[in-house]
Amino acid sequence: MINIFEVAETNEMIEKENLDVRTITLGISLLDCIDSDLYQLNEKIHHKIYEAAKSLVETGEQISREYGIPIVNKRIAVTPIALVGGAACKTEEDFVSIARTLDRVAHEVGVNFIGGYSALVSKGMTAADELLIRSIPKALSVTERVCSSVNVGSTKSGINMDAVKLTGEIIKRTAEATKDADSLGCAKLVIFCNAPDDNPFMAGAFHGVTEADKIINVGVSGPGVVKTALEKVRGENFEVLCETIKKTAFKVTRVGQLVAKEASKRLQVPFGIVDLSLAPTPAIGDSVADILCEIGLEHVGAPGTTAALALLNDQVKKGGVMASSYVGGLSGAFIPVSEDQGMIDAVTAGALTLEKLEAMTCVCSVGLDMIAIPGDTKATTISGIIADEMAIGMINQKTTAVRLIPVIGKDVGETVEFGGLLGYAPIMPVNQFSCDDFVNRGGRIPAPIHSFKN
Amino acid sequence: MKKTIITVVGKDTVGIIARVCTYLADNQINILDISQTIVQDYFNMMMIVDTNHTQKEFGVIAEELAKLGESIGVIIKCQKEEIFNKMHRI
Repeated sequence: MINIFEVAETNEMIEKENLDVRTITLGISLLDCIDSDLYQLNEKIHHKIYEAAKSLVETGEQISREYGIPIVNKRIAVTPIALVGGAACKTEEDFVSIARTLDRVAHEVGVNFIGGYSALVSKGMTAADELLIRSIPKALSVTERVCSSVNVGSTKSGINMDAVKLTGEIIKRTAEATKDADSLGCAKLVIFCNAPDDNPFMAGAFHGVTEADKIINVGVSGPGVVKTALEKVRGENFEVLCETIKKTAFKVTRVGQLVAKEASKRLQVPFGIVDLSLAPTPAIGDSVADILCEIGLEHVGAPGTTAALALLNDQVKKGGVMASSYVGGLSGAFIPVSEDQGMIDAVTAGALTLEKLEAMTCVCSVGLDMIAIPGDTKATTISGIIADEMAIGMINQKTTAVRLIPVIGKDVGETVEFGGLLGYAPIMPVNQFSCDDFVNRGGRIPAPIHSFKN
Repeated sequence: MKKTIITVVGKDTVGIIARVCTYLADNQINILDISQTIVQDYFNMMMIVDTNHTQKEFGVIAEELAKLGESIGVIIKCQKEEIFNKMHRI
């Protein structure tokens, strides 16, 4: 039977070390809503999401109360809207009307984000894909809870450089469209390579076309728990370090698995995956950067950072994979800048640059995430950064993503405040040399040689 | 059997166990295991209880116990057993 020390350990993790389930994300397929009439399409989308998700928030809160574990976010991911709206949408404004419907239903069911205002264009864009992408700045400026993503590359199909060029411009336009809110719109827009179909985390969540009609995916989190566990093994060798991370990741993930199974049972929606992630928040003691410092770095960005992150990421996966029957999504350590106090401190101290962050993305689960850059950064420069990140994903057969925020009217040395889970960030300098001729070539980068495995 | 873990943490005082046990008895909740320690003057208790025979909903019991805790000056938490089992047992 469970003993008092085990109970105390679990409750200490929850109360003092910020252990939580970061999100229960309900994936909903909208493929059966497709209609050539825009009004009908919007009606069907609203009805399907509302009926599927009306008890999501209440169920999440119920589970949270019964097990004493905070479930921070309840969210919805839907089929990429470029696919759903293709038959009905003839203009950008038509797509924006779907964004408004998504936002409205998100408010009605009480979820804080709804993801899937997305297009999958890793090889080419249909007319609908392009219309949707061009509508993103408007869609994100007139809605509050809608999140958008564009998949512009994959290991199997290469990188769509036309889409890379376009998304660079779209990020700039989204920044302009939401400049009154410090370009907050860009925090809800992710550019992907190898985007997973079952990612529960925002802003990049969407319900892939390979998925069932509805599915429950859960994202766990617990940087504070790992940090505290590592404090007890200071000075020990790497074997001890790695074992400690694995054991902790196992415990954290088991909670996610429990919550996922319960949510699945109560909502009568199949369980999809648990995303084994260390997702930080701006709260003190909830930082991935602090773990890296505990491993032995003065600040994130110091030499050794990439190696420390690589081992952290790998041990989190090794520990977590046995704790859950199905794992998926992004799974690994997240390194967003604005959402992690330790990362913010590292930038402020001058220890962490965009280039080092890029190197770190080679070995962790996502990419250049929540990074504020000067508002006057050229669109082609943003496209160049996206292309670099996509290349890392394509060649290494992993998911990479870019979520940059060019903050209009602000420059290096200033700070931008997004509030809540999105945190705040110092504006980081960007390499000033041009990549215009590279970005403007057009076309696509072919798939790498190791994609031909047939 | 539906098992629930009740934890009581707070400054030690006379009658904590008595008050909690009275509440449980009044609500047909059977105590299966109980362990208690004092760490630096702080009272620390864990109970494993069987909630099969109570008429009340889990949420109501949790709320009433939390209120009882407030009146004694301790924190009482009620959690279903699975979270601990899942985390500490393979």
